[in-house]
Formats: sequence, structure tokens, C-alpha cells
Amino acid sequence: MSEGEPLIEARRLVKRFGDFVAVDGIDVAVRAGEVFGFLGPNGAGKSSAMRMIGCISPPSGGSLRILGLDPVADGPAIRARLGVCPQRDSLDDDLTVIENLTVYARYFGLPRKIVRQRAAELLEFVRLSERALDRVEPLSGGMKRRLTIARALVNEPDIVLLDEPTTGLDPQARHLVWERLFRLKQRGVTQVITTHYMDEAEQLCDRLVVMDHGRIVAEGAPRDLIERFSTREVVELRFGDSPLESVIAKLDGVGQRLERLPDRILVYAEDGDTAAAEVQRRRLVPTSVLVRRSSLEDVFLHLTGRTLVD
Amino acid sequence: MLTTLVLSRVAASAAARGQRSTAVAWRNVTAARHSAYWWVLVSGFVEPLLYLLSIGVGVGALVGGFTLADGTRVSYAAYVAPAMIAASAMNGAVAETTMNFFGKMKYMRLYDSVIATPVAPFEIALGELLWALLRGAMYSVAFLVIMTAAGLTTPLRALATLPATVLVGLAFGGIGMVLGTLMRSWQDFDYIAVGQVAMFLFSGTFAPAEGYSLVPRIILELTPLYHGVALIRGLTTWSFDWSILGHVGYLVGVAWLGLSIAARRTGRMLCP
Repeated sequence: MSEGEPLIEARRLVKRFGDFVAVDGIDVAVRAGEVFGFLGPNGAGKSSAMRMIGCISPPSGGSLRILGLDPVADGPAIRARLGVCPQRDSLDDDLTVIENLTVYARYFGLPRKIVRQRAAELLEFVRLSERALDRVEPLSGGMKRRLTIARALVNEPDIVLLDEPTTGLDPQARHLVWERLFRLKQRGVTQVITTHYMDEAEQLCDRLVVMDHGRIVAEGAPRDLIERFSTREVVELRFGDSPLESVIAKLDGVGQRLERLPDRILVYAEDGDTAAAEVQRRRLVPTSVLVRRSSLEDVFLHLTGRTLVD
Repeated sequence: MLTTLVLSRVAASAAARGQRSTAVAWRNVTAARHSAYWWVLVSGFVEPLLYLLSIGVGVGALVGGFTLADGTRVSYAAYVAPAMIAASAMNGAVAETTMNFFGKMKYMRLYDSVIATPVAPFEIALGELLWALLRGAMYSVAFLVIMTAAGLTTPLRALATLPATVLVGLAFGGIGMVLGTLMRSWQDFDYIAVGQVAMFLFSGTFAPAEGYSLVPRIILELTPLYHGVALIRGLTTWSFDWSILGHVGYLVGVAWLGLSIAARRTGRMLCP
């Protein structure tokens, strides 16, 4: 593998299950040291893409190279250099916290002495040292996820794959996971993350692709995507119980774009305060007005499409 | 030169495969150390012992002695005991590879994280089988010790019998693993249980197969337990002829076939 060649390179990559096309010809290149994100709603094809990259699901079409190797022919050699943190914590409830690491390390053929030392270091890293000898089952969701991340690092992988690393965690637990992942990034570990949380993608990813129906609908750095597909600011208008259809007609021309969600109307504008003032001028009386910076969430809504009103 | 290179590469990959399968088995050893599992193991050993006492010794007192095909005269207990070892090797291997394998795959989803490592589905199957054999061998050792102490066999014959019990376990482990991948729900295990009981009762365990009429006899001579019982009885009573190789060949074939089918099926189930 030559210098500068992407660690992961997919061209026209396809995954089919019978007639269903889960991944429909995606092009992806992940460079060393990068944190790369797959963003998309449930069923967008993120997890199928991850499983192909993890060499546990053979591609149905296109080409895929990981670490310069072919996933079908060199699966075990590639997997030896990957760390995988699956969507569902698949920890072993019959084992203790530290055994979850030591038993897993043996699957990589690591010598026992190294395993013991590394397991201790990793528990320190994910702040679970005190729980080393406890059973896994009573751990909190956040602890289990951290243990799963530690397990993914036991072979000192070149690439770590994280499938929705913070789904189902409370905010504190989530921030702790983010902080640990950021540390990993500082150490130069390449990470591939799937998420449907916009804040997570903004926090963690250097670059990301937005997927919908198995295709990539946008690609870029989080800030670029926001600039390209949203406006600088967004005004959120709520109108209590009044039907939003009647309100939205009167908002025509305010801001650059309008979007109606079940409970509120979003006004995309370069200057949120000006747009909010215009709403007042039209004698509309929202129950609440919130002016905020636009986020990946807005990009996501724009690209993966709820009913858009231009 | 080239052949040496190829051979050393093959040996290296076989060693890696062996190491990874052992790692799968090791997981089970580690888990067993924490749980009430050892009691389950004990029960698997006690059951054939109870059969031996009630039927071998109890019924044996009514039956009296028994003449084998080669003319050797043995007590009824010495006739039944080897069949009990074969049956317990079967039960241990089948329990581990059907019920426990199914539970680990479908409910605990234990292998979902294992396939993300260099371990291949085939190696998972092999590792589970290895564990099943280890469990079966422990039963067999304990039982052979008791048989020797009770004068139903000699220490040397017991030693020669041990590998044969492992072979019986291997054959049933192979079959069990295929069945484990075919199971749809826990109800399906009832069918397996019925099959096991039928084999346990009729595979030349308590009475010679020669006593049955032609059709049932052909059916039961096709079952692996029949060959397992014949093989082990031949060794513990030291009354075998060349036909013993037929039994060995049959069991090796079943084990190989079962394992290769199971490997393909686990691969397809775990890596769609």
C-alpha cells in the first residue's frame, strides 16, 4: 500500500439482499487519521455499508479495498487490523468485564502477557478499572458502550468502525464517549462512524457522507454541508394548536426557504432576526420564536426530504 | 523449495485456524468457571451411572451372563456399561451443539462480535465442537474410571476406549451442529430429544441388534449410535475383529460430513 492511498476505498459499491438494494453504488474514500461519518435515517444503508467494510458481508457489486487488501480474499487479515463497535452491545454476559477483553483478544491470537497488560490499560482508558472483576450484566448503558469500545481497541486497530456509538445513551454518557473518541482521533486512529445524530456528526467527523435509500446524497465536511445545503441561521416558529397550513401560506417569501414539521415551521434565513421581525410585521403571533445557527440536522432534513416548501 | 514454502504456509494457516478455534473453546471454559454449569456437567455424568446401576446391575441379576459374538462371556453390566458411555458421549455432544449453540447464536448473539475478528464461521463451529468434545471426554473419563473400579473393564482397555468415545462425540457433535443451524425455535428441540431416546433404547444398547427382524435392524444399523456402541463395547470387552474399522470409518465420515455442512450453514447465517 503506497503512501497517501486511502485506507478504505469503495467504488460503485453495491449490497443486495434478494430484490432489495441496501447499498446502491456508493463511492467512498477514507484517508489515514480521518474520522469519517455515514449519516442517514434508519434503513439508509449505513449499517450494510459498515458490514461490508468490516468484512463480514461480501459486496454484491462494485469494488472495495481496505488497507490495500481485498475483503473477500483477505478477510481475516483485514479484520485482524480492524476494531468494531457494533450497534447493539454484543458483550458476553457470562463473563466479567476484564474477561470480555481478554477472551476477545485471544480471537486475534495475541499473546497472553500482552493481553493482560493491554486489557488493564484499556479499562483505564474507558474508566472501568474499578469494575474489572464485575459481571457485565449490571453495568449501565454508558459503561457497556465504553466497554464495547475498549473491546474494539484490544488489537490496536488501524481503523475503528463505530456503528451508532451513542444511540440510547443519556447526555452525560454520550459526552464521555465523544470525549474518548476524540482522544482516539488525537492518537491518529482512523475512525468510521455511522450515526443519525447530527450533533454527533458535527462533533466527531472530519468528513461525512449523507446517505438516503442506499445512495450518497451529499458529501463534505460538516461545516461545508451546512453552508451548501442550509442557510446560516434558522428560525423555529411554534403556533400552539393553530393549524400550520394556514400559517405557512402567510409566511411566503420570508427567509430563503420554509419547512413545515408536525409541530413547528422552520424558516431558513441568512439573518434570523430579520426574518423573525418580518414574521411580526405580517401580524403572525407565534407562541414561541427561536433563532439558532443552522446545524447538520437542517442539512439532513433538506437532503433526505420531508415535505419541503420552497 | 517451493513445496517447502507452500507446506510451511499451509502449516502456518492450519496453526492459526487451530489457535482461533481454541480461542472459541476457551471462551466457554472461561464462562463455565463462573456459572452453575459444572452442576449441569455433573448431571450429564450421573444419568448414565443411574442407568448402569438400575439396568446393568438390577436387571442384570435376572439376565445373568451374556455371550458376545466372538464367544466371550461377560456379565450383563459389562455388556450395558459401554453402551452407556456411548450414549453419554452422544448426549453431551448433542446438548452442546444444538441447544447451547442455538442459544449462543440466536439469543445471546455471541458470535456477532466474534465474526468481526479474524475468526471465521468455520472456526467458530470447530471451536464449539472442541468444547463439546472436552465436555464429553470428561464424562467418559469419569465413567471409565468407575467401570475399571467395578471390574467391568481393565485399565488398559479403558485407555484404549477413551479416543473412541471422543470419536463418537465428534460424530454426534457434527450432526448436532447441523441440527443447531436448522432449528427454528425451542420447540424443534423436542424432535431431537425423541430421536436421541429412540437411539438410546434401540442401538444395541440393552439388547443385541441381531434380535430384531430385518427392516428395523437395517434402520438401526444406519444410526451412528449403533456404530458407537459396537465400537466402544468391542474395546471395553476386548472382543473386536476387523469390522471395528467399519464402525470407525462410519463415525469419521459422519463427523466430517456434519462439520462441513455446519461450517457452510453457519457461514451463511452469520455473514449474509
